[in-house]
Amino acid sequence: MALDPVLLSRLQWAWVIAWHILLPAFTVGLASYIAVLEGLYFFTGRDIWFRISGFWTRIFAVSFGMGVVSGIIMPFQFGTNWSRFTDATADVLSPMMAYEGLMAFFLEASFLGVLLFGRRLVPTWAHFFAALMVAFGTLLSSFWILSTNSWMQTPQGYKIVNGRFEPVDWFAIIFNPSFPYRLAHNVTAFYITTAFVVMGVGAWLLRRQRAVEDSRMMIRMALDLLIIIVPLQIFLGDQHGLNTLEYQPAKLAAIEGLYDTEKPAALTLFGIPDDKNAVMHDRIQIPDLGSLILTHSWNGEVKGLKEWPPDERPPVGPPFFAFRVMVGIGFIMLFVAIIGQILRWRDRLWDSVWFMRLCQWVAPLGFVAVVAGWTTTEVGRQPWTVYGLLRTADSVSPSLTGTDVAISLAFYIVVYLIMFPTGIAFMAGLVRRGPQQQAEPERVESGRPNRPFENAARAVPDTD
Amino acid sequence: MALDLVPLWTALLALAVFYYVVFDGFDLGVGILYGFAPDDNARSLVMNSIAPIWDGNETWLVFGGLGLLAAFPLAFAIIIPAVYFPILIMLLALVFRGVAFEFRFKHPGLRRFWDRAFAGGSTVATFAQGVVLGTFIQGFKVDGRHFTGTSFDWITPFALLTGVALIFGYALLGAGWLVLKTEGTLQEWARRSGRICLIAVLIAIVAVSIWTPIANAEIARRWFSWPNIGFLSPIPIITAAIAIGEWYALERRHELTPFLGAIGLFLMSFVGIATSLWPMIVPYHYSLWQAASSESTQAFLLIGTLFLLPIILMYTAWSYWVFRGKVRGDIGYH
Repeated sequence: MALDPVLLSRLQWAWVIAWHILLPAFTVGLASYIAVLEGLYFFTGRDIWFRISGFWTRIFAVSFGMGVVSGIIMPFQFGTNWSRFTDATADVLSPMMAYEGLMAFFLEASFLGVLLFGRRLVPTWAHFFAALMVAFGTLLSSFWILSTNSWMQTPQGYKIVNGRFEPVDWFAIIFNPSFPYRLAHNVTAFYITTAFVVMGVGAWLLRRQRAVEDSRMMIRMALDLLIIIVPLQIFLGDQHGLNTLEYQPAKLAAIEGLYDTEKPAALTLFGIPDDKNAVMHDRIQIPDLGSLILTHSWNGEVKGLKEWPPDERPPVGPPFFAFRVMVGIGFIMLFVAIIGQILRWRDRLWDSVWFMRLCQWVAPLGFVAVVAGWTTTEVGRQPWTVYGLLRTADSVSPSLTGTDVAISLAFYIVVYLIMFPTGIAFMAGLVRRGPQQQAEPERVESGRPNRPFENAARAVPDTD
Repeated sequence: MALDLVPLWTALLALAVFYYVVFDGFDLGVGILYGFAPDDNARSLVMNSIAPIWDGNETWLVFGGLGLLAAFPLAFAIIIPAVYFPILIMLLALVFRGVAFEFRFKHPGLRRFWDRAFAGGSTVATFAQGVVLGTFIQGFKVDGRHFTGTSFDWITPFALLTGVALIFGYALLGAGWLVLKTEGTLQEWARRSGRICLIAVLIAIVAVSIWTPIANAEIARRWFSWPNIGFLSPIPIITAAIAIGEWYALERRHELTPFLGAIGLFLMSFVGIATSLWPMIVPYHYSLWQAASSESTQAFLLIGTLFLLPIILMYTAWSYWVFRGKVRGDIGYH
């Protein structure tokens, strides 16, 4: 069988972005958390904020560095593998990506240096300001890249001239129909992901009686945030789904595993999709509930995939299963957040070893949910890159052979399998060291710092 | 048509590319020299001299790429697939080099690996950029709006030469930076490295300047026909003057001049290449105007760029100011 450059390019894209998205999923939330901690330290002067902030800033440095290098790869993918997509859409999409670079990347990169190395070189307020700017940068980055992605899902504000998209109305392009929902849903997901990591790390430290005051504070802060934003996220997810039903009904049919239009529609909990025969095997379903959730009425019609010709249907398997993974995790998270609050009201939180252990187990679930959600929305958009207008098969660079892409994909796989496990192991090492019990050092006038981790390694020997 | 934005975007993009070449050039160059640093302590100082700023410098690569995409999308869509593998190699090398900043201190057993990753990654990324430059100068096979060559067209003697040349070029910039940021024996070592690189760079400049007009009659005519030769002769003359000055700056006690001289050599090479290729952005098929994006696209991005670039330059300058002075080994993290 000849290697297919389209399929391989898609795999390559999926590979590099699936790894990359894990980092913003963590750093967007963590940057905001650090900014809050720096703010608390600036206003109260209490050492606990300084210690927690320092601890997470060291971890942030590693994840952000990995985010930068894996992120630089992304815009070049448009050129190397998707040049026809680029040629067709650049007039509309490229300024948005360029604005991401201008507004977000420079802001993050410049202030990150001060945040990481500038503690002794700048006044406390300037350090707080740098933390704020880094956090603001990550949010601006989310804004622009999700606007770009949303336009590919729900394009508007353009005209087509000689097969190329040209901008007509920039406001309509940026604030396209799915963008507000996607932005809210994603940023909330990132915050939740970070909160669960912070809580899990706090629980791990607490179970070993390490930095008890600091880790209790981390858990308290995470629980307070989660009890608000996990329910909010479930609401936002529902709204996002309704938006998909309106603008991308075929994607929604794939998510629901519906081949035949139903009125009222059942909710399929599980099934084995068979795209070839357009039938769902072994369906487990609840009558009418699909209509209630999607149309908010007992008798609403939900379109099935057979309403579209076979070459305009997304595959059902990935969005169907990924969506169920995401929603399942959402409810596990809600459960954990509620249990945590109940334990606190009863003043049993710090004695409940089983809950601390649970927090550790659920700590990585946010990442799984983010990747599952991304799979749902991106595979659900197929077979289009620009929904309904430009096919994925017509987007790939014409000069590429299957062998070319197979080679590059192999390289990306090897390098990422070295880099990501090393980075994760490195961050795990920083967690093991825990928050440092040290006072704020005196300031110096100028000069250059040592590497942070060299110092950390010298100051505190590994306890394990 | 209200206003032709193409010249403005050309200037902005040229500025962004030049900024990238100088700034990430020097920190890649520092990475190249890192492999030859005398000992472990020196390596730490060398790496620390760029640790707080490399990330910001590399951001200009993204901005240059996205600027090309936004202002001249056709060029992006043709050129990037043509240099598929050099771009791949550059990106992966930058990954290794970037994470080495963080990973080097993880584990004494792995330190040597990440040392090599840092020096090797910097060298390979630079070589790949040089190959992209050489391929660009040679031009591309194009049909309609697509690149029609193979993904291996970039393997030519000329592109390999420019690849090697850029390694010495960036290393010269890096040596200039290290002269500025270090003292004592480390600075002496940087001066020595700089002189070696300077000789190689001059050989490369001469080689490219002879090779390009021989390979391309149009470029030869542009440089050597009358009266052009009169207008353009200052370019090689100024380049030669800067080269001589650079040699003395590296030999004597100058602190800042070697870095400025290296930038000067890059500027002159940049001007020379631009003179050869103008007004082509996809040599030798599409001009800047033919490859430009729609007026609305250029205008929309221009508004923000003109507003944001000065701010970016201001806080970039601030972050350089915070880390001013000679690199020190005693300033900790928190």
